[in-house]
Amino acid sequence: MKNVYLDNNATTMIAPEVIEAMLPFFKDLWGNPSSMHYFGGQTGKHISTAREKVAALIGAEPSEIVFTSCGTESNNMAIRGSVEATGSQTKVITSRVEHPAVLGPCQQLKNKGHALTEIGVNSSGQLNMADLRQELTGEPTMVSLMWANNETGVISPIDEIAALVKEFGGIMHTDAVQAVGKLRIDVKKTPVDLLSLSGHKLHAPKGIGALYVRKGTRLNPFLIGGHQEGGRRGGTENVPYIIGLGVACDLAAKNMDKEIKNVAKLRDKLENKLLATCPNTSVNGDRANRLPNTTNISFQFIEGEAILYHLSDIGIAASSGSACTSGALEPSHVIRAMGVPFTAAHGSIRFSLSRYNTTEEINYVIEKMPAIVKKLRAISPFV
Amino acid sequence: MWDYSDKVLDHFRNPRNVGVVENPDGIGEVGSLACGDALKLTFKLDENGRIAEAKFKTFGCASAIASSSALTEIIKGMTLEEAANVTNQDIAKYLGGLPEQKMHCSVMGREALETAIENYRTGNTSKKILEGKIICTCFGVTEEEILHVVRENDLTSVEQVTNYCKAGGGCGGCHNDIRKIIEQVQEEKKKDSRPKKSARMTIVEKIRLIESTIEREIRPALKKDGGDLDLIDVEGNRVTIVFRGMCAQCNVAQFTMKDVVEAKLREFVSEDIVVEEANG
Repeated sequence: MKNVYLDNNATTMIAPEVIEAMLPFFKDLWGNPSSMHYFGGQTGKHISTAREKVAALIGAEPSEIVFTSCGTESNNMAIRGSVEATGSQTKVITSRVEHPAVLGPCQQLKNKGHALTEIGVNSSGQLNMADLRQELTGEPTMVSLMWANNETGVISPIDEIAALVKEFGGIMHTDAVQAVGKLRIDVKKTPVDLLSLSGHKLHAPKGIGALYVRKGTRLNPFLIGGHQEGGRRGGTENVPYIIGLGVACDLAAKNMDKEIKNVAKLRDKLENKLLATCPNTSVNGDRANRLPNTTNISFQFIEGEAILYHLSDIGIAASSGSACTSGALEPSHVIRAMGVPFTAAHGSIRFSLSRYNTTEEINYVIEKMPAIVKKLRAISPFV
Repeated sequence: MWDYSDKVLDHFRNPRNVGVVENPDGIGEVGSLACGDALKLTFKLDENGRIAEAKFKTFGCASAIASSSALTEIIKGMTLEEAANVTNQDIAKYLGGLPEQKMHCSVMGREALETAIENYRTGNTSKKILEGKIICTCFGVTEEEILHVVRENDLTSVEQVTNYCKAGGGCGGCHNDIRKIIEQVQEEKKKDSRPKKSARMTIVEKIRLIESTIEREIRPALKKDGGDLDLIDVEGNRVTIVFRGMCAQCNVAQFTMKDVVEAKLREFVSEDIVVEEANG
């Protein structure tokens, strides 16, 4: 059976170069970087190199990179750490389309007494900027808004948002887990204070992430009891995975321009063909401001989980914002926040590509999809 | 992925009886696009009043499609009286089980069947059950429907109710009302579960009833005080027991004997029971 993996916003294949680079740190170089002997100490410089590579991908200084265990930890550390460091009066602002790893900690801060505002989005998934402006009053504020959305791929006007937040003296965090490696990011130009990234979204393994902390940003440590990461995150370094993340960031930086072009071309082909061959379909999200690898398409009158199972039967991996796929009863909060009618929300399918997808694979999906849609619509009482 | 049985996947991949029966005798439509699943069931009876043909159209996930397909297979050949007794558990069992969070798919099948039978009998197209008081406004689930799934599936938590009929799965504002409904059903059950006293018990039935009454009604109370008892013999209405543990030395054991042991056995087994303590 074919294996066409189009669920790269969920997780990505580990790049062969990454695995290769990690192996010595399992087999031979397993020392503790904190040790006062040559054996452990030598791993320290490899960590430094990895830190430089991660920093380079986003235009940061190596000292501004804190390695974490995942994107969720980075988000928790940024949101809780910065709010705790600035006091009990700090307001929290986020949006209705954030990842649960942001919404969860924000909700917890609300439960602890912080004022919380969730800004809405328009029908293309773009943040309501007027509402954000209104919320910024000069009071101590922490704003957490995503760089790019995981479900629709919609890219926020993050330069404008961050500049606005800084104008009012707020702390600006961005969950850039979906953006890093897929878009050019330069924190020297975009005035964010904190930026989360995750290894397994850019061809490094699961279990490694990083938080960019702009120099001078007040942040309470999340894991305490160790001097590692400059005292900002205790715990012996996950050396092989840090090395892996470094190599993955390096690969992304080197190939980005080419990849953005190639992946977007394949994505556009897939999207346009499916819209042309399957009636009653529509794209969710701002098509002009999107990650190059993502398309979220609603197939009306049929349900996402059923589509996914049929796709899976023929070796195609994608995901859905339908209620049934998560065990929840309501469709994706992102799709709902955009006001997509329920008739379309339940049948939304996300295809997310990577550098490893080929034209042949995309052609295979284009060839197979119409029959699946037809089969399910033949069963649907609404057709 | 869900842990679907092979049978669920088979009925999803190769659904039986898809479509709409021509000139149907009964039509049942439940669910909606908004809710994420919907089912239209149609059937036609033969000259003997048995379901000759049943077809479905379903919008929903793999288990919703499989449940609908299974339903049409189950009811074919049944009389309407037989079909009216089909439960959601029958649908789930036919499919080799459904994941707990997908049980509402089997309930949707049962609801569609109920509605179709109602439609045949009265000509009503709307579901009778929907006329009740709405408890869950997010998914439009009525008190009657919640009572039905709680009774039929022996549900004990709000989470289960959500899995079975979606009620409580949205804003969560109705969780207290659902809890009250569960308590109400549990109260009903407690009353019903008391074994019926019967004059025509065989001695074996009687001994079993005495044993279960001791286990359920008497032993827990004695154990609280570190005591216990054993059943020694039953002869006609004379029940012989022996106290153990703390009860064996207790100077109010005689009181316990009459007021607890004998009273409970009279209440649950037979009015004329006499309890005696075994000698030595």
